[in-house]
Amino acid sequence: MNTLANAQPELPVDAPATRPMYWSVRRELWENRSIYMAPLIAAAVALFGYLISTVGLPHRMRALLALGPAQQSQAIARPYSFVAALLIATAFIVGVFYCLDALHGERRDRSILFWKSLPVSDRTTVLSKAIIPLVVLPLLIFVMIVVTQMIMLMLSTAVLLLGNGSSVAMLWARLPLFKMALGLLYALTAIALWHAPLYGWFLLVSGWARRATFLWAVLPPLAISAFERIAFHTSYIGSLLRYRLIGWFAQGFDFKPRGTAPVDPLTQLTPWRFLSTPGLWIGLGAAAIFLVAAVRLRRTREPI
Amino acid sequence: MACIEAHGLRKTFGTKIALDGLDLRVEEGRILGLIGPNGAGKTTALNAILGLTPYQGELKVLGRDPWTARDQLMRDVSFIADVAVLPRWMRVSQALDYVAGVHPRFDRAKAEGFLARTDIRRASRIRELSKGMVAQLHLALVMAIDARLLVLDEPTLGLDILYRKQFYDSLLNDYFDRSRTIVVTTHQVEEIQDVLTDLMFINRGRIVLDCSMEEFEARYLQVMVNPENVAAAQALKPIHERQVFGRSILLFDHADRQELAALGEVRTPSIADVFVAVMGNQTQGAAR
Repeated sequence: MNTLANAQPELPVDAPATRPMYWSVRRELWENRSIYMAPLIAAAVALFGYLISTVGLPHRMRALLALGPAQQSQAIARPYSFVAALLIATAFIVGVFYCLDALHGERRDRSILFWKSLPVSDRTTVLSKAIIPLVVLPLLIFVMIVVTQMIMLMLSTAVLLLGNGSSVAMLWARLPLFKMALGLLYALTAIALWHAPLYGWFLLVSGWARRATFLWAVLPPLAISAFERIAFHTSYIGSLLRYRLIGWFAQGFDFKPRGTAPVDPLTQLTPWRFLSTPGLWIGLGAAAIFLVAAVRLRRTREPI
Repeated sequence: MACIEAHGLRKTFGTKIALDGLDLRVEEGRILGLIGPNGAGKTTALNAILGLTPYQGELKVLGRDPWTARDQLMRDVSFIADVAVLPRWMRVSQALDYVAGVHPRFDRAKAEGFLARTDIRRASRIRELSKGMVAQLHLALVMAIDARLLVLDEPTLGLDILYRKQFYDSLLNDYFDRSRTIVVTTHQVEEIQDVLTDLMFINRGRIVLDCSMEEFEARYLQVMVNPENVAAAQALKPIHERQVFGRSILLFDHADRQELAALGEVRTPSIADVFVAVMGNQTQGAAR
């Protein structure tokens, strides 16, 4: 054999650039259509409900005219906030179940042997799966919420214009839609960062458990907190778990008692307090540890 | 440089020894058949070669350590690990897109060309394809990758005979070019006898036979002995003897062809015949 054949052949110069991370994320979206279908359905249901509620809208708006601007603003914004909360909750559930299946499904259907036959590292694969709940879902949800709220506003405007039209001005004046969108972006970022260790943990369990990933992910922490409660009559673990679920709200937002003037939604955000919360950084550290462990696990794991 | 080089490869699962100090050397440009009974360590050996499982001992594949550099190695190595590992939810077009997106040596036009010869439609999901079509698709993807080593672990399991024949025909005609190396394991050994250039038997985590097919044909001879010659033939120490329709078929290792021709009809045995003989003797040797 000559030396030329022995040399490691280099890639041809015109070889197309490969983008393993980009294609791995796209692959996840191909496989898990629930990532966008579930929020879309939730948004459609919310819109349909809102459509029905517009029957009484002119009447409700007339009733609002008698109230102060703060109450007006609050009442008008309520359905818009509700839609946002609904979609955020949907995204959380979708993200949790996505993570629980992400590293389990490929072992269950043996397709891990196909993925591993391609030059994509375990780190790229695990990160591409973590990116779904941490980046893709929040961005997707942001767009969906803003679009849904726009449609709601158009719908309300149309209904009010068909009536006497006098309260349309109040609707637009009392609904700070742009500022609400900025606040929403902040909230989604805060939630994603705060929940990162949860998603990391779910991914790790999904790469480790042979079956019943949901039970393995959820029952041990609950069991530990129950044990603590029974044995020591304390609930440190339980409150830690609750803090991890909803702590972002207390640290990232500050809802003051209402005065008479409408509250600017952006004044309710407390990004500095959020960023200086130790719980945020401890959580991100834990998320990193879980992800590193998930990468190591994927290297050794074989089909179930 | 050898394509695959292993020294003292060991792997245990609990108390079960899967690889027991395996030594292996595969030169470039060979088509090696790795044959062994169930649980002999074939798949474990292949998994080690592919970087899917950690191991003890020394192993270099194309000069790389497969366990620490799997993703780099996979630029030069393709594998089909039994049928039906393609994700069932995926569309054919998505499989093409994905492999083209992540593999620098994938030639999409080539894969499309292979697929054009089949009935596989781009819009189909893999779960809608028949088992044979999935194998065709996987082979089309793999043959469009300009790899230096192709590993096939039971690639035709469960396929009907037409697909199996076609599978190896495509592999030889459209893929193998004497600079690539192919390692294949299968239980359907008759079908690959003419395909192979090299043969290895593996049993209990060790290589028990390692020879080229030329050596194999020179070394092993099978004689269908007439009843009157059986005693004379047995004196020449056959490694295996069996009865078919009242006549004895004896298998010899390193025997003189002229001498055997006097006893009956001499021909080259099939890999399966030699496999049965070698494994049978192994078992007896272990029992003793």
